[in-house]
Amino acid sequence: MSEKKNLKDLAKSKASSAQKSPDVASTVIRDIMSAGFTRVMLSIVLGFAIGAIFMILFNEDVVSTYETFFSNPGETFMASLKVLADGYGGLLKGSIFNPEGRDIVAMFRPITETFRLAAPLIMAGLGIALTFRVGLFNIGATGQIVMGLAGATWISTRVDLPYGVHMIVAVIVAVICAALWGAIVGLLKARTGAHEVIVTIMLNYVALNFFTWLLRTPELLLEANGGGTPKSDPAAETAMLPTLFGDMYKIHIGIFFAIAAAFIYWLLMDRSAIGYRFKMVGHNMSAARAAGIKVERTFIWAMAISAAFAGLAAANQGLSETGGITTSINANIGFDAITVALLGGNSAKGIFAAGLLFGAFKAGSPAMQVAGVSPEILGVVQALIVLFIAAPPLIKAFFRLPEAEVK
Amino acid sequence: MKLELRGITKRFGDLVANDDINLVVEPGQIVSLLGENGAGKSTLMNVLYGLYQSDGGQILIDDQAVNFKGPGDAMNAGIGMVHQHFMLIPVFTVAENVALGNEPTKLGGLMDVAAARERVREISDRFGFNVDPDALIQDLPVGVQQRVEIIKALSRDARVLVLDEPTAVLTPQETDELMAIMRQLAANGTSIIFITHKLREVQAVADRIVVIRLGKVVGEAKPTSTASELASMMVGREVHLNVERAPLKKGEVVLSVDKISVRDDRGQLAVNELSLQLHAGEVLAIAGVQGNGQTELAEAIVGLRKLEKGSGKIIYKGKSVESLSVRERLDAFLSYVPEDRKKDGLVSEFNIEENLLLNQSFGDDRGAKFVRRGLLDQAVLKSEAELAIARFDIRTQGSKSLAGKLSGGNQQKVVLAREMSRPHDVLLVAQPTRGVDVGSIEFIHDQIMKERDEQSTAVLLISTELDEVLALADRIAVMYRGKIVGIVPAETSRETLGKMMAGITA
Repeated sequence: MSEKKNLKDLAKSKASSAQKSPDVASTVIRDIMSAGFTRVMLSIVLGFAIGAIFMILFNEDVVSTYETFFSNPGETFMASLKVLADGYGGLLKGSIFNPEGRDIVAMFRPITETFRLAAPLIMAGLGIALTFRVGLFNIGATGQIVMGLAGATWISTRVDLPYGVHMIVAVIVAVICAALWGAIVGLLKARTGAHEVIVTIMLNYVALNFFTWLLRTPELLLEANGGGTPKSDPAAETAMLPTLFGDMYKIHIGIFFAIAAAFIYWLLMDRSAIGYRFKMVGHNMSAARAAGIKVERTFIWAMAISAAFAGLAAANQGLSETGGITTSINANIGFDAITVALLGGNSAKGIFAAGLLFGAFKAGSPAMQVAGVSPEILGVVQALIVLFIAAPPLIKAFFRLPEAEVK
Repeated sequence: MKLELRGITKRFGDLVANDDINLVVEPGQIVSLLGENGAGKSTLMNVLYGLYQSDGGQILIDDQAVNFKGPGDAMNAGIGMVHQHFMLIPVFTVAENVALGNEPTKLGGLMDVAAARERVREISDRFGFNVDPDALIQDLPVGVQQRVEIIKALSRDARVLVLDEPTAVLTPQETDELMAIMRQLAANGTSIIFITHKLREVQAVADRIVVIRLGKVVGEAKPTSTASELASMMVGREVHLNVERAPLKKGEVVLSVDKISVRDDRGQLAVNELSLQLHAGEVLAIAGVQGNGQTELAEAIVGLRKLEKGSGKIIYKGKSVESLSVRERLDAFLSYVPEDRKKDGLVSEFNIEENLLLNQSFGDDRGAKFVRRGLLDQAVLKSEAELAIARFDIRTQGSKSLAGKLSGGNQQKVVLAREMSRPHDVLLVAQPTRGVDVGSIEFIHDQIMKERDEQSTAVLLISTELDEVLALADRIAVMYRGKIVGIVPAETSRETLGKMMAGITA
């Protein structure tokens, strides 16, 4: 008995000592969070600029003009311009407005796709940002989304409920499943001092494989008459998120979930007493302890609420897919959400904007591919943007800004 | 060697930290650089030591202009610096530490330990430092570690020695010894620049006193100046160094600490079966050199640090409170001003309004008004903050200013405003004026005395500044190595207290 107590004490003291010195991850986050609007905008510009260089350097049409570069440099120049116009033009056409659309419906489809694809990024991004503000480096949104998906899929394929109620129950179950999965991280950190980065990475694997197992097992989630591939039945009509414009566009009420989530996030983090205490822990854990805050308990709550946002993203994914659900439905949202949160500077507005930008990337990349430019360039641009935000000296050196303006 | 700083100017953005500063140090002189925190003393010394590049002005050595690109250049030119925080490696010996970065080598690049040892011994003997070259740093008292730093500088032929707040970590006796060393070094032709804000030391040892305020040299004072004159020069206005107090009205015992033991972060016993009794309406000061368990004692009383199992009790008005959480103790009776306000007392990224709310329980009568349906009431937050700003004379641009941007004194006033506005019977203040400007010290001391006189609060003051202890205390408990050496009346002489601080029972 006493030995057990001792162990617990030891774990606690380990937990507190681990939390005393801010680790590299949280220092980096803090630095990124302090990035001002100017720095973010410059980073985006620079990201696109370097993306453009990649596009030009490795495009076949441009490369073929290199032979005659010295006799006819104009040709190389024109080819380069064309690639840029095709590439970024394709991105705009695919994500905002397509003037070449068959009819007016098709012309406006890109912007609806951008909003549709942005919604889950915004919701999961808000969740990630919440943990950043509590001083946690949560990279477990993937696992939390997957667990939310498991819950949503269960309700949408295995439970019969009337129209409306079915959808609401499925959303709530997704949120609860994700929140519980997130709470485990907080609990492990609070009780054992385990670092949340390691815990979240490992729980991502556990969740993914658990979901695959559910999808593979006939009595559980495997589709009727299913074969070897892990895939569920299509969700019941009654559980689907209603679309906004009937069959005209795919966009559904998920975007309203995202707007509501952003509002709740703002209210929670910028106006509420709970958010105030979350931020206190994030900024200065030592002062929070001295102010009588139970830091460990805060971690558990913060992880659970953060994961609840991820659960909303899961519901968005799982209840909008007309075919059966496979694990690929999580669509890397969990990781993109980290980028969204960082780019959005952890504010509700910023995350909403960043989510739209990345939604546009997702919506526009097929059109880029059609234009003959590899859409992987967008991945490079995304990564570069975050890199520049994270490395202020780079931006500073590039634009020759004085110290104060870059902060 | 004659050192001259001519027209040194250093800017950080809009802030002019050093504004056209001129300073001449003749060989063998002890020049005291006196100024408040943030006056620009450290910046000036960092320019001299090559850590900062000045935006204007020149450094001249023996009338030759020099340009230091880094501390290495400064050292080679004969400038040595002893930082406030020692730059020693605890697990190395004295000789190894002194040799570090300048190791004498034998054939084949091996370190010549014998030569390093000899060097330490030679310097130690020459100045009577009495330092064993083979002792490990971690086994040495702080005062001796400081001598090792001085030896380190001298071993690189420093002709000008900069001592940055050297007495902050010393007992009064160690301080006296340091001053003797300084005089001897000066007699041997070494110049010393002595940075401090302690007036008594300046009066005792300086040949010349240069006062800096807001980045400018405001003038030189004679070593015979009185403390009030020096303080007024530092602050730029009349300063009263004496605290007014009503006669003692000692009440019943409010808080008693009974044989408690507490371990520090490294698991060492920092507080060892310590007992205290604190009465209503008195100021009990815990004096002692830093690092004798004061921090751990305070944290144990607040509940941030667990008592050693079965070691004793903390009793508030007859009730044992050691099982209560920090929150419960704060709510029940306690206000706490932590010694490290940036780490424990404030959130730098929060504004004043938010910092005034830091440890406010939202459950009690006072706290309930801040929250409406789970949301913070912005209007109440603002009005409360404006009240505190007015009452505690917090110099700021407004209640939305970030705490991290305030000066040390104003930060401390925010902490005090918060702690004094919460209902409490016991006020635990640790190092209330550390890093605080002289003007604010006056105000903070008055506030603490008001608590005692008007609220009959039981005040437990933890301070390493003997002046502060003597100014405020009704009784003085001297702490040494986790124990109370003795509790003495406030009239006790400095000398006796100094001895007690070194562990010698009176």
